[in-house]
Amino acid sequence: MTDFKNATELLMLCIDENLKISEVMMRREIEAGETTREISSSRMHRAWEIMRQSALGPIETPVRSIGGLIGGEARKLTRYQKEHQGICGGVVSKGITYAMAVLETNASMGLIVAAPTAGSAGIVPGVMLAMQEEYGFSDEQIVEALFNAGAIGYIAMRNATVAGAVGGCQAEVGVASAMAASAAVELLGGTPQQCMDAASTVLTNMLGLVCDPVHGLVEYPCQNRNAAGVANALIAAEMTMAGITQLIPLDEMMDTMYVVGKRMPPELRETALGGCAVAPSACACCCNL
Amino acid sequence: MSFISVFDVLGPNMIGPSSSHTAGAAIIGYLAQKMINGPIVKVAFTLYGSFAKTYRGHGTDRALLGGVMGFRTDDVRIRDSFQIAKDNGIEFSFIPNETETEVHPNTVDVKMVNEQGHQMTIRGESLGGGKVRIVRINGVDVDFSGEYSAIIVVQQDKPGVVAHITQTLSNIGINIAFMRLFREKKGQIAYTIVETDDVLPENLSQYLRINKNIHDTMIVQL
Repeated sequence: MTDFKNATELLMLCIDENLKISEVMMRREIEAGETTREISSSRMHRAWEIMRQSALGPIETPVRSIGGLIGGEARKLTRYQKEHQGICGGVVSKGITYAMAVLETNASMGLIVAAPTAGSAGIVPGVMLAMQEEYGFSDEQIVEALFNAGAIGYIAMRNATVAGAVGGCQAEVGVASAMAASAAVELLGGTPQQCMDAASTVLTNMLGLVCDPVHGLVEYPCQNRNAAGVANALIAAEMTMAGITQLIPLDEMMDTMYVVGKRMPPELRETALGGCAVAPSACACCCNL
Repeated sequence: MSFISVFDVLGPNMIGPSSSHTAGAAIIGYLAQKMINGPIVKVAFTLYGSFAKTYRGHGTDRALLGGVMGFRTDDVRIRDSFQIAKDNGIEFSFIPNETETEVHPNTVDVKMVNEQGHQMTIRGESLGGGKVRIVRINGVDVDFSGEYSAIIVVQQDKPGVVAHITQTLSNIGINIAFMRLFREKKGQIAYTIVETDDVLPENLSQYLRINKNIHDTMIVQL
């Protein structure tokens, strides 16, 4: 049966059978998840459709979040990019816009796909939508890449954590960005090893990021960090595609991230008792709470 | 370790903003309404821990109420659940309890009353990522997740009831995944919770109630 416990085993499966990460993950889903390729593929198409809607909605119609801390950011970015050509350029400018948009949808009780969590739900769709627009990838190709992203997220869930309350923001936005980086590299024709290098790069670059939501809500600084996550994912993908290899393999970075997360004080793990959450302006802000 | 699907990573498809405070809350509400014969006319939610502190900003209240009206985690009607409940004449209230601290941080008691005036209270915990546990039914400590098809049997704590349950399931070819028995006191009301791999047929309750020590049955499947 096709299954793996960590990145090393996944890489072996890819090499032994000359398969992409996405295909190994699909086979694992079919065999260990007792389902069919058609059902899995159609479920992922549905997820992709929700991702797309959640990213496009707020650009057309911005909505204020329930907590009142965010709303309208994606439209501002879109306008700026139209008038001034975004500073980051192409994929990054679009990606950060979509990522922030998804967090707006999420914070106003819209429909999203947790990827891997609700608070980090903007990064994978942000990167995938921007890559589709800039490179012309088909929906089929993107859906395949989502299985690649899912493989990286699964490794994190199995061996480390994706919960901010356990491992801080590095476990949520960090893992989401690692997933997006790996998927981007596969889309660009990179090898499974390169996908993992890109994911590993993200985890090193986002190591130690704390989870400190203002008023305990999935709004601020979560939305900003989704944009930063997109940039991190794309930086890692570009470095990897340029042939830069990484000293620390993905499994070791997963362990490292997990250990660092567990050593964070509870104040910095989603409790809203530290970090940005206790900055004077955050405490004073006039939320409708 | 249970299987982690690619859709546990890219999922659940959910109404935001929080898998634990919104999606999990909707699932608890959904499971709760499966345990009482509808329609529900009145529901009161007592919120504990983090639920009590941040329920408005996370839409926990709307998600719980939506769940009680049968909405799933990805149902956009959750956002308007207050209005929908009012339109349907469902009375609802939310009571934050910040004094009781000996509970899981995301805990809620759902007290429901149906048209016949029957009352049912269940306690649910939201564990994160949209995973939940039902830990109390009408004051009796229980434990089930709702991830499997389940039948909850309310019975008198007497010999032969469990044998009757397993025999009935066997007769209709249902494989038991997990089975647990919970009771208040010896000889009093007990609950048997059977979780199964297969979808449970609605007429199962009829067969089970042949035994006169079985008072009630509830089929709970997502």
